[in-house]
Amino acid sequence: MAAVQVIRSEWTKMRSVASTVWTLSLALVVTVALGMLISALSNSQFGNMPVREQVSFDPTLVSFAGMGLGQLAMIVFGVLVVSNEYSTGMIRVSLAAVPQRGLFLFGKIAVAAALALAVGLVTSFAAFFLGQAVLGPHRASIGDPGVLRAVFGGGLYMTLIAMFSMGVAVMLRSALLSLGILMPFFFLISNILGNVDATKKAGRYLPDQAGGRIMEVVPRLGDDTPYGPWGGLGIMVLWVIAALAGGYVLLKRRDAQ
Amino acid sequence: MIELEGLTKRYGEKVAVDRLTFAVRPGIVTGFLGPNGAGKSTTMRMILGLDHPTAGDVRIDGTHYRQLKDPLTYIGALLDAKAVHGGRSAWNHLLCLAQSNGVPASRVAEVLDVVGLTAVARKKAKGFSYGMGQRLGIAAALLGDPRILMFDEPVNGLDPEGIHWIRNLMKSLAAQGRTVFVSSHLMSEMALTADHLVVIGQGRLLADTSMADFIRTNARSYVRVRTPQRERLLDVLHEAGITVVEAGGEALEVEGGKAERIGELAAQYGLVLHELSPQQASLEEAFMQLTAESVEYHAHAGPGPAPQDWGAGWKGA
Repeated sequence: MAAVQVIRSEWTKMRSVASTVWTLSLALVVTVALGMLISALSNSQFGNMPVREQVSFDPTLVSFAGMGLGQLAMIVFGVLVVSNEYSTGMIRVSLAAVPQRGLFLFGKIAVAAALALAVGLVTSFAAFFLGQAVLGPHRASIGDPGVLRAVFGGGLYMTLIAMFSMGVAVMLRSALLSLGILMPFFFLISNILGNVDATKKAGRYLPDQAGGRIMEVVPRLGDDTPYGPWGGLGIMVLWVIAALAGGYVLLKRRDAQ
Repeated sequence: MIELEGLTKRYGEKVAVDRLTFAVRPGIVTGFLGPNGAGKSTTMRMILGLDHPTAGDVRIDGTHYRQLKDPLTYIGALLDAKAVHGGRSAWNHLLCLAQSNGVPASRVAEVLDVVGLTAVARKKAKGFSYGMGQRLGIAAALLGDPRILMFDEPVNGLDPEGIHWIRNLMKSLAAQGRTVFVSSHLMSEMALTADHLVVIGQGRLLADTSMADFIRTNARSYVRVRTPQRERLLDVLHEAGITVVEAGGEALEVEGGKAERIGELAAQYGLVLHELSPQQASLEEAFMQLTAESVEYHAHAGPGPAPQDWGAGWKGA
């Protein structure tokens, strides 16, 4: 079966380069460590918070505070998995071995997404439990309403970020270009667009703004977001589909180089 | 068997490959010759379905590359030696290719052994020399035990031992009945390995001929003679029915002549000879004359070689 062959081949490719290990472990460590740090700070500073913030305090979301930085490592993972093929010239060898380009892309994305999901779920659960452990009296329990959904959602969010990055990298073919666009976008621009009043309404449909909603358990005060946690994740999925479809069309049409 | 029919590739206005039609047959080494930029690599990429032809068609054993199931078991190719992720070991590089085409993993060890890389199988490819990279690329081409092999400039950057090895490998692959298609920009290299020649220049087919025919037509042999008694020798040779071409300076070139006969004639008439040497025009020269008009990047140090009529005679061969 051709798809199985391609998946096995892509798994060999992925496990045999160092960048896979360091990007994914960085995603895990940064997300969990930063989440714990901010959880610990929140715990110690809770008394000094304005009442407004105390009321809407979301211990689950606080333990995911490292996600904003940790997702950058997921982006690097997604970009490198694809751009490695182009920067090394391996793409010509790969496409000569698997000339059905849709199948090639499917295999690569399936393996990378499965790996990102596994690491994402471990990261998400670790960030939650370790974050709650240092939140002291303010902690949430995994059994609380919406919490399990948020923790699972954290893993899905990281997977989708990696997949979106792969789609962008297939379109742009260059690591430098892809990272130069994705990193500042997700680290800065998206946050700015999502928080400035003028762009807030449009900004919340950006992939990370919409997808990140799944990790919120306690609703923000005065929140008028027109979609719920799963709706937000759905919007992110649409972004991912668009990026991958764009990548597929270009991969299919362009010469392999 | 590789069959090209009217294969064309255009990049905007520029035509890289221009209506190429020829077939590469099994059991022999077919040399694919042309100056740099003639379109050899582009043609090879189109054969592998990597580049889309603007027009025309290319088939592998009657099938389009993309329709081949497990293509590495039909055709193996070495395009560029460094097309390897430097952080991946030789073993894993070959393993991922083998897996994608359902080739058993045991075959990886076999081809590593054939190319002599067993000792460095687990080493990262970035530590490889150019020659080792070339061998790894050849191992990848052999992986699926294909009936057709294609090598793009395989001897480039290799040491003499490596060149010797590749020549013998190509010959033995052809002797096993496989189709071997190898590109080069060096006529001298092709003369040593190829049984058949396909010559292109600026993307156009210039010749599709057997090596033997090419040599017969182009390897002009003559005798070079120098004498202080030039006029007398010319008379003597003319009387004996020997045609002489006047070369530059005081030298004469005697087409197809036998040095012995000329020497005997000179002795008979008591003529002094300063030089009497059989010469063979190199195939390289013949190739340069053939492609002179189509060379894309001329050096401007001096006037280029002028194309001559005698090279045109076999173009249709």
